Amino acid sequence: MSTVIAEPSSRPAEPASKPVNYLNVQFGVRSWLLTTDHKRIAILYLISITVMFFLGSLAIVPVRLQLLKPDNDLLDADTYNKMFTMHGVVMVFFFIIPGIPAVLGNFLLPMMLGAKDLAFPKLNLLSWYVYLLGGAFSLYAMIAGGVDTGWTFYTPYSTRSSHTNVIPVGLGAFTAGFSSILTGLNFLVTTHKMRAPGLTWFRLPLFVWAMYATSIIILLGTPVVAVTILMLAIERIFQVGVFDPALGGDPLLFQHLFWFYSHPAVYIMILPAMGVVTEIVPCFSRKNIYGYKFIAFSSLAIALLGFLVWGHHMFVSGQSVYLGMIFSILSFLVAVPSAIKVFNWTATLYKGSVSFETPMLFAFGFIGLFTIGGLTGMFLATLGTDVHLHDTYFVIAHFHFIMVGGVVMAYMGGLHFWWPKMTGRMYSEFWGRIAAMLIFIGFILTFLPQFVVGHLGMPRRYFQYAPEFQVHNVMSTAGASILGVGYFLPLIYLIGSLAYGPKASSNPWKATGLEWQTPSPPPTENFPVTPVVTREPYRYSEEVPVGY
Amino acid sequence: MFAQIPLLPEQASTHASAVDSLLTFIVTVCGFFAVLIGVLLVTFAIRYRRRTANDLPKPVASSLKLELTWSLIPLAFMMVFFVWGVQLYFSWARPPDDVMEVHVVGRQWMWKMQHMGGQREINQLHVPVGRAVKLSMISEDVIHSFFVPAFRVHMDVLPGRYTTLWFQATKPGRYHLFCSQYCGTNHAKMIGEVIVMERDEYQTWLSQGVDGSPASEGRKLFMKLQCSTCHNSDSSARGPLLEGIFQNNVTLENGATVRIDETYLRESILYPDAKVVAGFKPIMPSYLGQVNEEEVLQLISFIKSLQHGQTPPRTENADPPLNPVLEKKKGKSP
Repeated sequence: MSTVIAEPSSRPAEPASKPVNYLNVQFGVRSWLLTTDHKRIAILYLISITVMFFLGSLAIVPVRLQLLKPDNDLLDADTYNKMFTMHGVVMVFFFIIPGIPAVLGNFLLPMMLGAKDLAFPKLNLLSWYVYLLGGAFSLYAMIAGGVDTGWTFYTPYSTRSSHTNVIPVGLGAFTAGFSSILTGLNFLVTTHKMRAPGLTWFRLPLFVWAMYATSIIILLGTPVVAVTILMLAIERIFQVGVFDPALGGDPLLFQHLFWFYSHPAVYIMILPAMGVVTEIVPCFSRKNIYGYKFIAFSSLAIALLGFLVWGHHMFVSGQSVYLGMIFSILSFLVAVPSAIKVFNWTATLYKGSVSFETPMLFAFGFIGLFTIGGLTGMFLATLGTDVHLHDTYFVIAHFHFIMVGGVVMAYMGGLHFWWPKMTGRMYSEFWGRIAAMLIFIGFILTFLPQFVVGHLGMPRRYFQYAPEFQVHNVMSTAGASILGVGYFLPLIYLIGSLAYGPKASSNPWKATGLEWQTPSPPPTENFPVTPVVTREPYRYSEEVPVGY
Repeated sequence: MFAQIPLLPEQASTHASAVDSLLTFIVTVCGFFAVLIGVLLVTFAIRYRRRTANDLPKPVASSLKLELTWSLIPLAFMMVFFVWGVQLYFSWARPPDDVMEVHVVGRQWMWKMQHMGGQREINQLHVPVGRAVKLSMISEDVIHSFFVPAFRVHMDVLPGRYTTLWFQATKPGRYHLFCSQYCGTNHAKMIGEVIVMERDEYQTWLSQGVDGSPASEGRKLFMKLQCSTCHNSDSSARGPLLEGIFQNNVTLENGATVRIDETYLRESILYPDAKVVAGFKPIMPSYLGQVNEEEVLQLISFIKSLQHGQTPPRTENADPPLNPVLEKKKGKSP
């Protein structure tokens, strides 16, 4: 695309004329739909992911209402099953997995590297269209009558028994996977080849390390789920026995293949979130990050070990007890790098100068909720206790603490942190803090009771349940309504800020990253001059770090 | 108000108290770490809050010792969880020798149980207190899971493969039985009760409404299907003799060895060509679709009970093997 930016020069842009940036360089639908600018593609993703997020949230509203009473008949069994399936599919495949990488990663990775764009700008645009295509398949399935397999598509139920739109939804997840692969590939190559002069590996912001580790998982894991869904489709359509024992298949094979991707997928979700928090915490403590290398390598350790723990979803599935042992110990090992990160974020606050703007409140929320999510994982990694807790609400609560309490908190934090950079506007700090606190409180109230009701024995995916589980479910629904308000607020004040928000300076938080050294919003080629990096990241003070 | 919120499930099996001890230990350790991190976060946030706008604190270098400390201490605790968890897992996976067996067949959306004395139940399981019970389970359609929260046990019920679950109830009462693996429309209705009775009550219950035991039903089937036409003690028999073979190893045509367990016997009835015993030809017809999962279990019970010289002779007046589908017994869906 043609750009009419002033020649790169060392002089700052003249203050009198209106500066040209990536948003106002061109107008019109065409300039957006055919853009190859990573920042514009990030905005396209932001819009589509937000739509998906609200669709996924909408799907769970009737579910929570249904669960207000033990024998409620607001929904019939089939509708209930379709609703929670839609919630899971949309949230997992179309919101959380692409969320941080495709929005924040797309926008920030080239800027953090001091590059003009990603290595393959056209592939980047293609990835968005592929994502849309995947979304279209899935939405078609929902409109055409829904699907009732749960987002896990377990066989032989999904191949033999379900009479719903399994194939279109499978096709949707299959397609969306390619969008992830394109993004991951782009990030890997860009990180290797397009770092600014002087930007050595250990001078990279830890967000980049996190995105790098995420991209490795995406590239290695996503093809496996694609193949798995393909086999599922072949069995369902052509009755070729792969998974169904009645056709000569193996009923556990699907679970092995599915979790071989879908467990690492949890790290595809959480690693970028950790990366975001690692940027926010030093900025609002005005201090260097504690344990830079430990955080960097813990991301890689998670990426590696994350591939070796899938069987912990199958401790009571009938797999060998010795396999169970191996998966259990590896699951504990993968918890260590996460613990390292939590301790390092906490230590970063030590002797810092801590302030409590909206992004930092989200980061605090993340650390608290992620810690609870991680620690409750101990009960599920321990074989003896998983035998009781497997497939109960305890598991639901655990993974929502990681995926929502963790990933979505971090995503919101990151969105608020970089919003001034992305849009050039400041949002209302007051409403930001209110939203952060509402989300935190609503979240706790929604999911904490689910640990208790899960331990009491309430299985997941039950549209009616035993009366003694009611009080916990009522608390959950009450919490979810607060959570709903909390998520809706940012939609209003962030959009409002575009029109009414004060103009943002190039570095409103006084942060150190390269992305803050260029105007807000940035020009199309990001930097007027390619920056030269001479120091490590998070140098808030000129003094040499001292040990204690 | 809070007094009415149930917090802990009932403890009604030997396994339940063992699981609860481990749960308590993990709660204590994890609770300690959660509180530690919470307190540190809050303390640091307050103590080191920004006092002036241009506050610029000194950077702090990281310490390898500290990093190792907070990596290795949690790891050490996790290894305790792991070892303790494995111990429990093995006791969950391995039933004691002296067990009372019950057959469980799961299907959308009901549980069918058959006791060794021949009693059949649907969505209910009567067991005596203080006696180890082993469930041999299989599904007729999709994957289900047998879950009794008060016993703290759980096991998936698969199509095409037997799984087992054992428990020993410690307290008479009625306990929830849930299907916990999503299995379609009425997954939430695939529920029932485990009714734990005092031993004498249980004996009384057993004496009502007895059908034939699975082994004797299996014997009838065996004769009806004319299995002994081939499976007999003649030296020229076309199939292997089935007496006293259970839990033995047998060599196959391809040289491999297989242990004769329930899964192998089931496979040999439904898919006879899959693993043919060395020295025999793959001539056995498949009984897939001719016997249901309950009948397969009965045949297996019979074969397990079959001792030397007990193979019933082929009787000329038995039904021809052409249409061996049996008339169904009572006890269909509610």
